[in-house]
Amino acid sequence: MSRTRPRVVVLDYGSGNLRSARRALERVGAEVEVGSDPAAVLAADGLVVPGVGAYAAAMAGLRAVDGPRLVTQRLAAGRPVLGICVGLQVMFDRGVEHGTQTPGLGRWPGVVERLDAPVLPHMGWNTVSAPAGSPLFAGVAGERFYFVHSYAVRRWSPRGPAPGTKALVTWSEHSEPFVAAVEDGVLMATQFHPEKSGDAGAVLLAHWLETLR
Amino acid sequence: MSLSVRVIPCLDVDRGRVVKGVNFADLRDAGDPVALARLYDAEGADELVFLDITASAQDRSTTYDVVERTAGEVFIPLTVGGGVRSVGDVDRLLRAGADKVGVNTAALQRPELIAEIADRFGAQVLVLSVDARRTPTGVSTPSGFEVTTHGGRRGTGIDALAWAERAARLGAGEILLNSMDADGTGQGYDLAMIAALRGVVAVPVVASGGAGTAADFPPAVAAGADAVLAASVFHFGTLRIGQVKAALTAAGYPVRTPCSRGGSVTPPGEPG
Repeated sequence: MSRTRPRVVVLDYGSGNLRSARRALERVGAEVEVGSDPAAVLAADGLVVPGVGAYAAAMAGLRAVDGPRLVTQRLAAGRPVLGICVGLQVMFDRGVEHGTQTPGLGRWPGVVERLDAPVLPHMGWNTVSAPAGSPLFAGVAGERFYFVHSYAVRRWSPRGPAPGTKALVTWSEHSEPFVAAVEDGVLMATQFHPEKSGDAGAVLLAHWLETLR
Repeated sequence: MSLSVRVIPCLDVDRGRVVKGVNFADLRDAGDPVALARLYDAEGADELVFLDITASAQDRSTTYDVVERTAGEVFIPLTVGGGVRSVGDVDRLLRAGADKVGVNTAALQRPELIAEIADRFGAQVLVLSVDARRTPTGVSTPSGFEVTTHGGRRGTGIDALAWAERAARLGAGEILLNSMDADGTGQGYDLAMIAALRGVVAVPVVASGGAGTAADFPPAVAAGADAVLAASVFHFGTLRIGQVKAALTAAGYPVRTPCSRGGSVTPPGEPG
């Protein structure tokens, strides 16, 4: 029996290496398109919001392709979205860089700030602490994942019966704890790069594809 | 919870072929960078570095092809350096599938290049490669280390630590410190130079040059390196990645062991 492959769009808004994300998703069975065509973004089984670099630049890039509306519209329709790295960060209330605040998509409570650590960027393979019953980390909760970032969400403060209240939050640590992943219904995101995290990352992406069915 | 020490094999690539020959029994074509990258990945390499030593610009297209094919098959971070002179070069390498780009001589000639790259793509893509040596007789720098060019054959009189510190301030996200004194000797890393650099920069430091045995790696980490890079010992099969990680583990440093679930990755869309 052959099943159709889940169709995934990797949102192209002028940010970094998208080839790896495409190939890593194809490797675990997705049919992948890299682009920002609104119809394709809305119709896809899953949307990946990647991102590297500065928060303000990422938000500007996202707005240029109408990203905030597309993400909001997908989530309202119960359509899965996966944020990666800065793609996780933009889901929070705001980012603070060099004293400048940039509003994010505000799906989750929290502020993206510079980590307080002697060596930055936080670059390399780190462990995570995933909550029991996490679908994304099933079987790979003990593995290391590849991180590269200087900013992160250091506090998660649920704000009552709102989006994010029942989210599964996974933590990691670089001199201080920070949010490494969030699973909140159809909205999920990782601060690390599953597409660069070898076989552990492939398992995680395969788990995400399973949620698209 | 903490970062593991990254173990990074470096491949010299000339017109799309690995330069220093190897003969791994499990490798059909030792000159194919993609095959070698796949092997190092399987052995547990945490990142890969391709150093493009292709002399002529028109032969560079082979490099992009190699980067594309590697990024399509190997899912660990890939740094590509050698001959990177402009923001356009960086853009092309990132689009081909590189995660980080190494910059060396061009940044020495025009330090603003560092800020230009960091502003456009973020500091995390930019690795500043510094080929440094202890100052020879007649040359003096405040730190006692100077930057060299042309594979270590030419001194510049530029203080290596001051340069690295300035580059980090301009936006380099990582410093790859290659000791031209230790390089090729197999006598161990230049520990004093690593420690001195660690003292002046707050970005990750990759130690390079001089590794000869597995015992050479832990002292580099003790001196302050976040990652250890080697070329010859891996290419000639003197050491396997696992032996280096075993030595690091024995010394009490965390390392990544390849994912135990790797074999069971099942594409959900496959017939079955």
